[in-house]
Amino acid sequence: MLRYLLGRVGQALAVLALTFTAAFLLLQVLPGDAIMIKFMSPDMGLTADQIAEIRASYGADRPLWERYFTTVGNFLTGNFGFSIQAGVPVSQQLATNLPPTLELASLAFLGAVILTILLATASNMVGMEWLRAGLQSLPSLFISVPVFWLGIMLIQLFSFQLGLVSVISPGPVERLVLPVLTLAIPISAPLAQILMRNIDQVLAQPFVAVARAKGASRNWVLWRHVARNAILPTLTIAGVLFGELLAGAVVTEAVFGLSGLGGLTYQAVGNHDTAVLQAIVVISALAFVTINLVVDLLYPVLDPRLGTKMGAAT
Amino acid sequence: MTVTPILQVDDLAIAYKTGDREQRVVHGVSFSVAPGEVVALVGESGSGKTTTAQATLGLLPGNGRVESGIIRLNGTDISRWSQKRLDSIRGAVVSLIPQDPGSSLNPVRTIGSQLAEVLQIHKRGDRRAIQARVIELLERVGLTPAAMRAQQYPHELSGGMKQRVLIAIAVALNPALIVADEPTSALDVTVQRRILDLIDELRRESGTAVLLVTHDLGVAADRADRLVVLQNGRIQEQGPVKDMLAAPRSAYTRRLLADAPSLGKPRPARAGIDTQDFAIEVTGLTHDFPVTGGEVKSFRAIDDLSFKVRRGTTHAIVGESGSGKTTAIRSVVGFIKPTAGRILIDGVDLTTLRGEKLRRFRKHIQLVYQNPFGSLDPRQTIARIVEEPLLNFEPIPAADRARKVRDMLGRVGLSETFLERHPRALSGGQRQRVAIARALVLDPRVLVLDEAVSALDVTVQAQILSLLDELQKTLGLTYLFVSHDLAVVRQISDTVSVMHKGRQVDGGPVEAVFGQPDSAYTRELIDAIPGRSLPVLGVPVLAGPPELPPRLSP
Repeated sequence: MLRYLLGRVGQALAVLALTFTAAFLLLQVLPGDAIMIKFMSPDMGLTADQIAEIRASYGADRPLWERYFTTVGNFLTGNFGFSIQAGVPVSQQLATNLPPTLELASLAFLGAVILTILLATASNMVGMEWLRAGLQSLPSLFISVPVFWLGIMLIQLFSFQLGLVSVISPGPVERLVLPVLTLAIPISAPLAQILMRNIDQVLAQPFVAVARAKGASRNWVLWRHVARNAILPTLTIAGVLFGELLAGAVVTEAVFGLSGLGGLTYQAVGNHDTAVLQAIVVISALAFVTINLVVDLLYPVLDPRLGTKMGAAT
Repeated sequence: MTVTPILQVDDLAIAYKTGDREQRVVHGVSFSVAPGEVVALVGESGSGKTTTAQATLGLLPGNGRVESGIIRLNGTDISRWSQKRLDSIRGAVVSLIPQDPGSSLNPVRTIGSQLAEVLQIHKRGDRRAIQARVIELLERVGLTPAAMRAQQYPHELSGGMKQRVLIAIAVALNPALIVADEPTSALDVTVQRRILDLIDELRRESGTAVLLVTHDLGVAADRADRLVVLQNGRIQEQGPVKDMLAAPRSAYTRRLLADAPSLGKPRPARAGIDTQDFAIEVTGLTHDFPVTGGEVKSFRAIDDLSFKVRRGTTHAIVGESGSGKTTAIRSVVGFIKPTAGRILIDGVDLTTLRGEKLRRFRKHIQLVYQNPFGSLDPRQTIARIVEEPLLNFEPIPAADRARKVRDMLGRVGLSETFLERHPRALSGGQRQRVAIARALVLDPRVLVLDEAVSALDVTVQAQILSLLDELQKTLGLTYLFVSHDLAVVRQISDTVSVMHKGRQVDGGPVEAVFGQPDSAYTRELIDAIPGRSLPVLGVPVLAGPPELPPRLSP
């Protein structure tokens, strides 16, 4: 078990290191850099020498490999560098922008899980065939809806038509309702689809027939036999979909005018602010790798077959 | 006699809905089971035996429906009951022993909790009383130490042990009727015997009636009081076992009896068997698998296996699951490299060949797999499937290939109309014919048959076996026949190796091994084969003491 744990953590670290390197190289080969964008504009009226001096002060004149190792060293000590555009440390920018995005993402993930369970349960509880079929086709509808459009539609419907959620100076909770929904719905769609399919597959297993032959009702079987078996594959997908959540957060924040990592990313891309982008990429990768590590470690807890490696004792 | 039957089925008709059509699969079936009686529903796949049994539990699949008829349990018609009402009697009045113990227990729950569940559902006592009863039941079915077993998960138990858990679940509430749906079809023959003995014992103790569903006439004859023979959803014949076997009235029952391979039907000795021309010579074959994370570093799957097969004859490798027979043939066809030993095919040592040379050599030794449903690509046509091996070797003009494919299909008894069909349109027997044609299209010298008839019904099995026999005669083929089924082996092979835990415990001519086995294991294997109670009279096709196959996978 310890070996498994160490192996998985090692893999996670390797993924992080590779992501860091790839992001670094890609950001360096982009034509132009933040210093040029900020200081070369004619309004600043700086001479070529002065610009070279500024470049030297940021360390941008050093060779690639040297900059790489400096950045690695800085990241390892928690120093993410300076945002050239804003002129403040990246860590300071993260401190203001990360919490709202984390809040949005985790609420959306929670919302997606609740939505998924509701959909899957409803589709299996309903006695009427047509309703069940309808519910099962709902997820495909959700998948085909783009996040930005969904966000706008939700604002239209709930704020302007129904007037349920105020968009102008909303309260702290009210402010989050629509963004969370916008983000949760597209994530819950594939999750619910997979969960429903798994439930159907597990229901066809002989052990379900055996449970029914014991006199167990349909609900008893669903909660005590099917649920845990059906959740296992869904968990993997949930980990993978977390990446989508981060991407979705960028768009959602833009649509709802929220401050957060999304806005920060948008600005940093426009300004070629490599230090900020590097930090965002590493933080996203860290979140992604952590979630998937947690999923991997949860597996043996949920499925005893993965806990012991020994075969059947005759 | 006016004893109320435990189960009385009257004029039962069941239909399955596929798409918009309803197809009736059980037609007017009537039979009854008296208290304490064992009645066997016997039939081949598609006979409606399992559907009938499921209906008695009210557990038809979602698209199944009782069209008409009556199912009386203890005198009450349950055929129109709601699922909710049925829940109150399932497990308590009528219970199930399922077919495949491997997938019939929830993999993520301990066996103790799954056994306790049936007591919880029917509210038999508090937590402690239930726990005590669970331990008692596990001990009763021979799973000791019970307290430790209760904490184990299904994957930590063998197939036989899992079936014991399922039996404990079925008898937990002393039901009036147990429906045993092919309870031993997925088990080895020696385990099958112990499990059937256990069911017998528990049944006698509590006076429970049993509805035994089986495809195996031998099992039915040994264990049942009365037989109900089903074919295509209709009862062909029913009556007391002794009467029916002594004088089967229906043509179908007679054919079933005749087609069942039997230890009493050895193949006639053949000329040419004394030749010293060996097609296969295996010497000292040993195979170790590395084991990770245990006290031992490796597991010896095969230990010093040696045998020789004369050209044009059949050698069988017999053994139960885990005996090493599959590893042995994987070595012989060159899929895996043995740890030690030599494998000569036509004088060429296979273990020295590598890469392209090994690939080219495979032309001479072809394999037919067990499962005719999984071994054919569902997207290819039959013509394409049979043609494919030809494309892997020397280029042959398309016209010649087409001719070869047609010839080969003809040889295995399939007409040209099959050429453009897809596997799904074929029955199990037809698929296995295609698999044989595919193997033979390269003109191999040796054909390895891995449980090639195990998944087939007895009548189809008999047809495939006679096809193999005929092909051997006309093409001079050498067969290596792997099977768990001693009766089939005796019928088709000249020589045999009996394997047990990786070792060859018996070997030599079939008559010698089966007549006077050297090892206690072979003796036990032969003794465990069901069908001992079948009479010889009235079964003219059988010569000698008739015995039926231990099992066929459904």
